[in-house]
Amino acid sequence: MKNRHKRLIFVLAGLAGLAVAATLVFKALDSNLSYFFSPTEVAEGSAPKDNVFRLGGIVEVGSVQQTGEGLTVHFSVTDNANSVMISYTGILPDLFEEGQGVITQGKLGADGLFYADEVLAKHDETYMPPEVADALEEGKKKLESNGS
Amino acid sequence: MIPEIGNFALILALCLALIQGTLPLIGAATGRRAWMNLGRSTVLGQFLMVSIAFVCLTYAFIVNDFSVLYAAMNSNSQLPLQYRIAAVWGGHEGSLLLWALLLAAWALAVSMFSRSLPEEMVARVLGVMGLLSVGFLLFVLLTSNPFERLLPAALDGRDLNPLLQDPGLIFHPPMLYMGYVGFSVAFSFAIAALLSGKLDASWARWSRPWTTIAWVFLTFGVGLGSWWAYYELGWGGWWFWDPVENSSFMPWLVGTALIHSLAVTEKRGCFRNWTVLLAILTFSLSLLGAFLVRSGVLTSVHAFATDPERGVFILGFLVTVIGTSLALYAWRAPKVGMGGAFHWSSRETMLLTNNVLLVVVAGMVLLGTLYPLLLDALNLGKISVGPPYFDAVFVPLMLPLVFLCGLGSLVRWKHDDLAELMIRLRWVFILSLLLSIVIPFMMGHFSIMVCLGLLVAIWVIATTFYGLWQRVVGRSGNRGFVAGFRSLTASYIGMVLAHIGMAIGVIGITLVSGYEIEKDVRMDVGDTLTMGGYEFKFEGVENIEGPNYSASRGLIQVSENGQVLTTLHPEKRVYNVQTMPMTEAAIDSTIFRDLYVSMGDSLGGTAWAVRVYYKPFISWLWMGCFLMGLGGLLAVSDRRYRLAHRKNKKKVVVPEMDMAEGVKS
Repeated sequence: MKNRHKRLIFVLAGLAGLAVAATLVFKALDSNLSYFFSPTEVAEGSAPKDNVFRLGGIVEVGSVQQTGEGLTVHFSVTDNANSVMISYTGILPDLFEEGQGVITQGKLGADGLFYADEVLAKHDETYMPPEVADALEEGKKKLESNGS
Repeated sequence: MIPEIGNFALILALCLALIQGTLPLIGAATGRRAWMNLGRSTVLGQFLMVSIAFVCLTYAFIVNDFSVLYAAMNSNSQLPLQYRIAAVWGGHEGSLLLWALLLAAWALAVSMFSRSLPEEMVARVLGVMGLLSVGFLLFVLLTSNPFERLLPAALDGRDLNPLLQDPGLIFHPPMLYMGYVGFSVAFSFAIAALLSGKLDASWARWSRPWTTIAWVFLTFGVGLGSWWAYYELGWGGWWFWDPVENSSFMPWLVGTALIHSLAVTEKRGCFRNWTVLLAILTFSLSLLGAFLVRSGVLTSVHAFATDPERGVFILGFLVTVIGTSLALYAWRAPKVGMGGAFHWSSRETMLLTNNVLLVVVAGMVLLGTLYPLLLDALNLGKISVGPPYFDAVFVPLMLPLVFLCGLGSLVRWKHDDLAELMIRLRWVFILSLLLSIVIPFMMGHFSIMVCLGLLVAIWVIATTFYGLWQRVVGRSGNRGFVAGFRSLTASYIGMVLAHIGMAIGVIGITLVSGYEIEKDVRMDVGDTLTMGGYEFKFEGVENIEGPNYSASRGLIQVSENGQVLTTLHPEKRVYNVQTMPMTEAAIDSTIFRDLYVSMGDSLGGTAWAVRVYYKPFISWLWMGCFLMGLGGLLAVSDRRYRLAHRKNKKKVVVPEMDMAEGVKS
């Protein structure tokens, strides 16, 4: 009987450990998921107002401006249907360029400006982050349906 | 002509791999010696053919043959020679060829160093590796052929991505792949054991050195990758929980569990089923990593830009390998048996807990990595899981694991008295606790997380030395300490070194995370920034020319208490061909801290955006990785593996093992 008891205890301990792990995971996932929204979705108001989320698109040519206060810079991203103005304080990544794809993470401010904590630019000439590619596709479809 | 020879060699290699993957396995099942012996010869042939192909591709890069499409996409005539060679594995097709080459090389190594193993076992191991080679060679030949021609030839190549033009490219991918592919050996041993139905302690003794060497390479590979990202990317980060980084970390975690589980199987004959399952799991995670990186489903700095067709192929390969091996496991494992019994208060339990914790952590990392893909595939939205999730699940599980590492290495096999051990260790614990409370105050401010991290790490170091001292004293008797030291086996010293290496790594990570300082500032000529006890004075920028780039080179003078220490020269480079800007950070490194400066953009006039980091004890992280790998190498060099090798002159008869019992060796 001793062996059976031992095995039972092991199994119970294992399950308990698994339960702890699962709780940790769900708690962590809950507060740390970051959803992606396109500029169109932000313009339509479907993006959250007080949560951190990701916003990406193509940096509009001619929209990058230093504000003159420290390292704050403003630029606009678009998915060819709508665009959003983004404010970022810090050093922009090397591959950040007007006319190229970019993904930012941050919060929408009360003034309609998106305050980014992080800016991620693509790493290679031919690479386009899947989310941005999809957002551009949607934007194109919208334009076409609006046009016709 | 040469690329065509390379292509032809690959096709020949595939044919040889097909033979290698089928006949020895059938031979082992039916007892045909001639077919079993085919394993060794086909392995040699396959290795030669793949090497020829690899040399042909390298030749095309060295002589700048831009009629080869892959060379035109990844190289350039202005690229320095060492990077032209490293560029061979800088892109998808070439890196797969490297993978195939290393697979053939490991198979050759197994065939050469396994004279003392039974013929059937060798035949099966080489056979399984042959099947894996078939998969990879098919993948290369059908979807990712590096020898595809570009006609008419390009005048010059597109150049290697500037981020890759660095010594890191020369070492990191080969090391990493040696690790991934090395675990295919452990996998093949596991499958061979399942196929034969014989799984005993001698099986563990044979596969242990191979598995440990693969683990060492993977440790070095991951460590190199982290170090490279740190000094190359200009952001001072060393781990981003990027999906591609995770896919190299998961096999490492499970591989660590595997080497510990193999220790139990070898010593006590138990955990056999579990060890086999871990071997299958480790290699499956390597393959999964390959899929994630190359299929285009990920957003990552590391992902190869590639098409869905390749993703489908490798996914199919992945499903086939994992599916068949798990099916084989389900069918054969019940026959393998349980092994020696152990008390709950024993080293076996410690190692079992080690395994469970490592596998659960790997599972959590896997979940975080795959969750976005899953949701996207189900059209439930595009999300990303960032570092906060991984940190939140990783740390609470790793802390107990590290603590147990210290305790577990002192617990005896089969049955020990934990209570008595804890009492003996009370001063060691108190010392660790004291240090872990005092050090944070010395560093600046107290933080509970820093204290916990230091506690478990110092505990490991202290208990390891305690155990070392105990063993030396126990073995000296009346022969003195020197004799006691010399009686220590290489595998024991390897364990000591590896555990201490891990502890040092943990200390580095804890202190850097707790006390690093980062500032992004606008600096004009003459501006000074004070941080971490150092003064950084910006003295302007000069323009210089490199072999294939032009750069703006900053001059930052670093002083401490008024005394000038050094001048740092971070650069902002623009490469001639790809015209993408790249940051080259300047780092002043000592054992106790790194001072890290990188340039942002020019802000007009003579002002520049500058990022300055103070990173205390970060080099302990790389030192820790190095020591872990070194420990593994030492453990493999242990005499008992070489003794078995020397015995091969006589035919070794392996007694028929009763499959329900373990064997103590």
